[in-house]
Amino acid sequence: MSAQPGVRGKAWFQALTGKDSPMDGDPGSVLAADAKLGDESARFLCIVPNPNARFPCARHGEAGLEEAYALARRIREAMDIDTEAVKRPIVAIVDVKSQAYGRREETAAIFLAAAAAADAYASARMAGHPVIALIVGHAFSGGFLTHGYQANRILAFDDRDVVIHAMHEEAAARITLRTVEGLERLGHEILPMSYDVQDYAKLGLLHRLLHVQDSDTPTVATVAQVQKELVDAIADARAGATDLRNRLESAGALATRKAGLAARALMEKQWSTA
Amino acid sequence: MNTNLIPAFVRRNSFIELSARARAESLMDPGSARELVGPFDRIESPWLPMQGIAPEFDDGCIVLKGTIGGEPAVVAALEGGFQAGSMGEVSGAKMSTALDLATRDSKNGTKTAAVLLLETGGVRLQEANLGLAAIAEVMASMRALREYAPVITVTAGTVGCFGGMSLAAGLSSYIIMTREARLGLNGPEVIEQESGTEEFDSSDRALVWAINGGEQRVGMGVADELCLDDVGEIAAAVKKCVMAGLPATHRSQQVEPYRKRIASLNVTEQIDPLVLREAWNHERYSSGKGGSR
Repeated sequence: MSAQPGVRGKAWFQALTGKDSPMDGDPGSVLAADAKLGDESARFLCIVPNPNARFPCARHGEAGLEEAYALARRIREAMDIDTEAVKRPIVAIVDVKSQAYGRREETAAIFLAAAAAADAYASARMAGHPVIALIVGHAFSGGFLTHGYQANRILAFDDRDVVIHAMHEEAAARITLRTVEGLERLGHEILPMSYDVQDYAKLGLLHRLLHVQDSDTPTVATVAQVQKELVDAIADARAGATDLRNRLESAGALATRKAGLAARALMEKQWSTA
Repeated sequence: MNTNLIPAFVRRNSFIELSARARAESLMDPGSARELVGPFDRIESPWLPMQGIAPEFDDGCIVLKGTIGGEPAVVAALEGGFQAGSMGEVSGAKMSTALDLATRDSKNGTKTAAVLLLETGGVRLQEANLGLAAIAEVMASMRALREYAPVITVTAGTVGCFGGMSLAAGLSSYIIMTREARLGLNGPEVIEQESGTEEFDSSDRALVWAINGGEQRVGMGVADELCLDDVGEIAAAVKKCVMAGLPATHRSQQVEPYRKRIASLNVTEQIDPLVLREAWNHERYSSGKGGSR
């Protein structure tokens, strides 16, 4: 795992947008910019570490109160601008540690803030904006639900520093009364528990896994490669539905989510006669 | 026996003490409810037995289709007594499918409201990534139904509504709580573990309820109805929300008012929940816009 979540995210945000500072009025931890992608303009969003953040528990790349509302604001702004126009793609660059674990956050209803960001992403998707999540580093838990998991296409880098999971290993081990080693062993046997992105890819939730050379340091060649993948994913999203059905119809889902799909099929059958 | 001498809180018919299935039934018009993908269909978690954990035939999610106040409705209830109401592949699929079918019917002219009974710690860690994905899908399905019909969350206790499913609660049209219920993203134990006892002492029950409790959440305007732990009272609140239909604006779409509230908080020390409740409540009434209604 890379030392600090958000560092790689910031590098890729800079490489894809040519910018590295927040928009006016946004916290230092949220980068947002419109930049050329293929032959159109796309809105890129990223959460980055901000050691000077107002909230002490949201200084290391976590999705906190300010981050969630800044994301929601910038997504809804793009939607408002494009009401009568071609819906611009929205690209969430994901390298997010987790949600912020603080008492201030709970007191001020971080659950609602996180929901507001997810609502904005889902609303944009339903309005016809291609929403793409590009996972370049960490995608953890409430952080990922806040920033990226409502996308209609998810791309992830294929390397050891990319980790997509419900909870980091130490905490998951404590809560499930296991050791970290035991949890890792279990991850090899039980696919959804694995911390390996190649195992995650087998669940059928990803659009594509990207093999990017030296992904800590974007180069002209790798930026062009990632841009092309984004353009392809955008075209695919525009050609498809605005819901998340592709996550249920993929080959991976058909192979690994049999029980969930069986429950869905049976309920559809029973529904009309109920 | 003169029942008038017995106080209301003793005479009440507890909702919290009911199983998820009985809770769901108690909210629907008598005789209207039919369970979908019930225990006799035996669709259970494939992942729990692999880890030596006994699965259940309903996977802890009970879906009933019927009517509320004569209106078509679907209720999906999480059983807090099974794996702490956590979301797994199957329970998540049941909830999101119920929401999707309500959306389909609503689109076709039969407006169908959804009621979610959320007693849950969030993701089922034994199904980790499929649990997280299921929550994302439930959220997407809720957001889609909200275009047509209300989604009502009830969290009564005693598990509370935490983790990823708190975001689902945040997306609802209306939230109904009891004083015993708690609603938050990170449970007190998780904050204590991640950020230390000085950040949150999870053994301080008064503090936990002062922050996450139903009275506070309704008082600060992030939930809508505070009910006694009584079947009749909660059923009446649910019916009222179904009849009210969609709110003018959903709370999770009110970005600017909340962004400004967050910006104006003094965060140099911990925030006093009562001070915040008064400040947000005052704004709510003075702006005349209300929380969601």
